[in-house]
Amino acid sequence: MTELFSLFSYGFMVRALIVGSLTALCASLLGVSLVLKRFSMIGDGLSHVGFGAMSAAMALGAAPLPVAAPVVILTAFLLLRVSESRKIHGDAAIALVSSSALAFGVIAASLSSGMNADVNSYLFGSVLAMSRGDVVLSVLLAAGVLIVFAAFYHKIFAVTFDERFAAATGVHVRRCNLLLALLTAITIVVGMRIMGAMLISALIIFPPLTAMRLFRSFRGVVLCAAGVSVGAFLCGLFASYWFSIPAGASVVAANLVLFVLFWAAGAIRTRLEYRKHS
Amino acid sequence: MALITCRDVSLRYENTVAVGHVSFTVSEGERLYIVGENGSGKSTLLLGLLGLMQPFAGEIAYSEDLRRDEIGFLPQQTPVQRDFPAAVREVVLSGCLGRCGMRPFYSAADRKRCQESMRRLGIEALARRSFRELSGGQQQRVLLARALCATTKLLLLDEPATGLDPIVTAELYAAVDELNRRDRVAVVMVSHDIAAAVRGGGQILQLDSHQGAAYYGPAADYPASAAGKKLMGGFRHD
Repeated sequence: MTELFSLFSYGFMVRALIVGSLTALCASLLGVSLVLKRFSMIGDGLSHVGFGAMSAAMALGAAPLPVAAPVVILTAFLLLRVSESRKIHGDAAIALVSSSALAFGVIAASLSSGMNADVNSYLFGSVLAMSRGDVVLSVLLAAGVLIVFAAFYHKIFAVTFDERFAAATGVHVRRCNLLLALLTAITIVVGMRIMGAMLISALIIFPPLTAMRLFRSFRGVVLCAAGVSVGAFLCGLFASYWFSIPAGASVVAANLVLFVLFWAAGAIRTRLEYRKHS
Repeated sequence: MALITCRDVSLRYENTVAVGHVSFTVSEGERLYIVGENGSGKSTLLLGLLGLMQPFAGEIAYSEDLRRDEIGFLPQQTPVQRDFPAAVREVVLSGCLGRCGMRPFYSAADRKRCQESMRRLGIEALARRSFRELSGGQQQRVLLARALCATTKLLLLDEPATGLDPIVTAELYAAVDELNRRDRVAVVMVSHDIAAAVRGGGQILQLDSHQGAAYYGPAADYPASAAGKKLMGGFRHD
């Protein structure tokens, strides 16, 4: 048991634990709406843009988080605009932006310092990445995301379920979508240092899909996704400590395990219900 | 008394006119069917009535005691809803959102209203079921209950019978009919089911793509009119 708690004696592990679980919580809440709106890939695109911005910041010797945040938020608004205009399909637009930003980031990195350990940690995450100042900023941002999500919960449900009807009852659908994009962008910027640009989108996509295997109401899915997400993050972080593997990858692996378990449980339940009715 | 008065209304998308020069009124407790061929602007006209699209010319006037968020709307279903995890109560309750304004949560009055709407449509027993597991007819009843949460004065229905079999369609029409007769809810329905529109009584408005109304008058006189003969004949393929 002492071994389990020995990781708390490392300051960086405690910092990763705080920021990581908050990010996992935010990402899963927003993820339910994004997945149902068929916007799953938006997290992927935004995290790649975040990587591009951080590489550029590093090349210029600036602090990565304050540079990446506004760039990613701006991109989120842009992607939403493009997918609304319907001239380019949403998924294609995201793929375009995402690969361009990745390429830009790699170019910026190799022109300045080469593809070193820093670049590697941006791509695949690192628990060592968070400084004390990063933690304060991250906790503030995550708290903001949670408060705004709670305040707009019913509007987000209505806009996700039926945009037309929501607009007809006087909900500002566009503003609500912008808000969702803004919160997603903040969550991604906060979480990508630990999870890495390539893996952070799993935090958005996995928990809602896992929760939907078993739960049938929106509130049930939201609450379950939040629990699954934080649980998977903690399991992943402990596993990464014990087996000395990168945290981002082990968190994604933990999410995958939970998804398979929930899927199996859902399949068994469906079969039992079928047998009861027949 | 007129709830909505349209005077010479034209609606257009960027370059194309979708609805041209249409005038009609919707009175309290009235029933109006909007019919016409595909692309004649029926759904666009509904968007105009809902205030989601501003008329390019003409005027849509609302009666003073009809607030804009007091219009109940039954839109066509979207593909997103087919696998959406939502309890029936959550869906119905979202009809009260227009009353919430800046308030982030539903009030006790909203919940009571939601219960009342579900009772009226006979779906109380489904309250905890998941929307995606219901049959097409049950889903339309749930969406109708949601619309009732927003209003008790005016319902706008956009092709509510799409994808329903004849028996379920008849049941849905009966439910709408009851709301209209018993509770005096005015009903505006976009429909391809012209026979049902004629049977239902009330008014018929037939749109003709961007040339205004081809017919506007009592349903009883519609089959004998030139526009009615053409459209109904077309449906019989003779």
